[in-house]
Amino acid sequence: MIYLDHNATAPVKPEAIRVMAEAIQAGPLNPSSVHSAGRMARKIVEQARTKIATVFGAEGADVIFTSGGTEANNLAICGLEGYNVMVSAVEHYSVLKPAREAKIIPVGADGAVDLRELEIILKRSGGKCFVSIMLANNETGVIQPVREIARLTHDFGGIVHSDVVQAAGKIPVSLGDLGVDMMTVSSHKFGGPQGAGALIVKKEIAVSPMISGGGQEFGLRAGTENVPAIAGFGVAAELLPENLRRMEEIKVLRTYMEKEIKSFAEDAKIFGESAERLANTSCISMPNVKAELQLIEFDLAGICISSGAACSSGKVLVSHVLQAMGVAKPEAETAVRVSLGIDNTKAEIDEFIAVWKNLYARVNGQKLAA
Amino acid sequence: MEKFIRPGKWAEISSMKPNIKLPIYMDYQATTPMDPRVLEAMLPYFIEKFGNPHSRSHSYGWEAEAAVEKARKQVADLIGASEKEIVFTSGATESNNMAIKGIGHFYKDKKNHIITVVTEHKCVLDAARHLEQEGFKVTYLPVQQNGLIDLEELKKAITDKTVLVSVMAVNNEIGVIQPLKEIGKITRERGVFFHTDAAQAFGKIPLNVEEMNIDLMSISGHKIYGPKGIGALYVRRRPRVRLEPLINGGGQERGMRSGTLPTPLIVGLGEAATLAQKEMPEEYKRVKKLSDKFYNAVAREIPDVFLNGDEKNRYPGNLNLSFAYIEGESMIMAIKDLAVSSGSACTSASLEPSYVLRSLGVEEEMAHTSIRFGIGRFTTESEIDYAIEVIRSNIEKLRQMSPLWEMVQEGVDLKKIEWAAH
Repeated sequence: MIYLDHNATAPVKPEAIRVMAEAIQAGPLNPSSVHSAGRMARKIVEQARTKIATVFGAEGADVIFTSGGTEANNLAICGLEGYNVMVSAVEHYSVLKPAREAKIIPVGADGAVDLRELEIILKRSGGKCFVSIMLANNETGVIQPVREIARLTHDFGGIVHSDVVQAAGKIPVSLGDLGVDMMTVSSHKFGGPQGAGALIVKKEIAVSPMISGGGQEFGLRAGTENVPAIAGFGVAAELLPENLRRMEEIKVLRTYMEKEIKSFAEDAKIFGESAERLANTSCISMPNVKAELQLIEFDLAGICISSGAACSSGKVLVSHVLQAMGVAKPEAETAVRVSLGIDNTKAEIDEFIAVWKNLYARVNGQKLAA
Repeated sequence: MEKFIRPGKWAEISSMKPNIKLPIYMDYQATTPMDPRVLEAMLPYFIEKFGNPHSRSHSYGWEAEAAVEKARKQVADLIGASEKEIVFTSGATESNNMAIKGIGHFYKDKKNHIITVVTEHKCVLDAARHLEQEGFKVTYLPVQQNGLIDLEELKKAITDKTVLVSVMAVNNEIGVIQPLKEIGKITRERGVFFHTDAAQAFGKIPLNVEEMNIDLMSISGHKIYGPKGIGALYVRRRPRVRLEPLINGGGQERGMRSGTLPTPLIVGLGEAATLAQKEMPEEYKRVKKLSDKFYNAVAREIPDVFLNGDEKNRYPGNLNLSFAYIEGESMIMAIKDLAVSSGSACTSASLEPSYVLRSLGVEEEMAHTSIRFGIGRFTTESEIDYAIEVIRSNIEKLRQMSPLWEMVQEGVDLKKIEWAAH
């Protein structure tokens, strides 16, 4: 089995599994309990919090643990009242859906947010602004100019949030360097367990909770902390520098893959190719072959890829990301996402290329003959 | 918790029972240790079966999805529901928030009143207060001295504007079981939704959504020897209960709760539910026996120790006792060989007396000396014996040092004393 769907979820790192198993076997751990078991739980959670703050350049900011990226994005969007919300057209649904009345910032054909458009929207808006733009797109890997976006938004007195779920572990991510006020992180996209994420918030930003109750997480997120998962999250975060070091190798593999495909099929298209992209992600159109058909073919060959975001629960929708980039529906329907991880080998990529070429030739060859 | 092993203060007891590890965990309402069988079921889903259950294009995803669906059935089976009625959440706190705010928001144009109880978990009360700020009317039903609600009061409180009644199944601080079946009968007759926070009841006492006419039920994983970070909300399909989601996004859980489902945690919850279902009669009997032994030795044999909450309608794994004529803090210090809590874990760091005990009419001094003793799956008889001994010897010691106790022994009525200001 060849796994090329790391943007959906990544294998959990053995080091993270080890600390989780240790935390589970250590006994019953509720960090709010004042007895020794409770204090041990508290220590585990606070150590992970410090690790995550350090790794993401967020010393001094609050790391609010949540059940994952989706909840953290919802908290960021719903946690501030009285703001004019602006989000990019290519955000993950966990930003788009809660931001019901948001103004949509368009992207160019390369998938990057148009800064001039943002400036126009900010100028027209007046009042308090809240801008949420992801650092890297989950479907295309396109990296947004978040630093510039933050600077511009701050010039207008606004607040900036960035969903860095897909960027974390693939490019360096620092709250301080990006200059944003809030950041969403998810554990299972970089080798931590599912069921843990965080909203990192600068101290001066007053967020109100979405899930209230026992007053955990500075009163911003009630519920018994998921101690083992948080421990695994912290350890995986600590291992991110190792991931980053390996990104060059991954980039070499991806470049090789894209080159091979394009040299074989001139009409194949890589979406977001001209923009700055994550090293591991490739969104490829195979002309005249619908994504569903490609997925079946690759699955039969033992290769795991996807047609875009994993979430839409079975519904095969045309990607809103590609549509926002001006890709016509028939072409968008032929796109698949390949997302590599640090364990993928050249042999695996060769196999992917072989299956790709074979299917392309079969369908388009028939077409030419007919 | 190997690292907690140390020579006991009560050397003679320790030498009699060499297998006791200190401190003895008696805080099963705060959280429970994971059953090793649950961990075993989870591990493959961290390691080789790590897929995203929403990935529809490859076998890693299908494998994870199949595991999620199996767990959904395991959870549903335990409460007599259909698997289509189970929505996975991050835990009971989220489930409670989702049920109360979600119902409120969905039906707000037609109805604007909800009913809950003063002794509910903080997250239910907070969610209700949140609706109040949005213009809802909320009735907080009082409880009787035994901690149970008065059904007549409930009937009177329901109006044609009432959309939801939220009453917890088993109270986290005092363990009393509310009359769910009777409540469900009333709410069904009056056409009002019935939500129950079953975080402390699910897997411990029999619950059936059909027999009890429950429309929404909050479920927690880590209270039943399953993992933390996972829970569920039961949402009735017939007659259909609709709610506005709390967390929006990728549209997982049929749009009711977005976010990647954490497969290993869900597998753990499912396994924990099945184990609870299989072992419930046996486990209940065992817990009851230990609880009775503890209760008889502590509350019956030591003078001036009182049980909080109804004696009969209760889950035996939760005994909340008040020790008269002792200072609360010295009590906690003296029994530090027992990992116990003075009430809810969420508020256990604060010195405020419990609002649950206060609403039972327990006086402030008594509320300060109240301790919740939790008995669970891994509590042994020798641990109970040890705990009894720890309490017996310390109560005596503390009371001998207490001037109040001395006065009571001399026949002084403490309530009639006028204390000088200081």
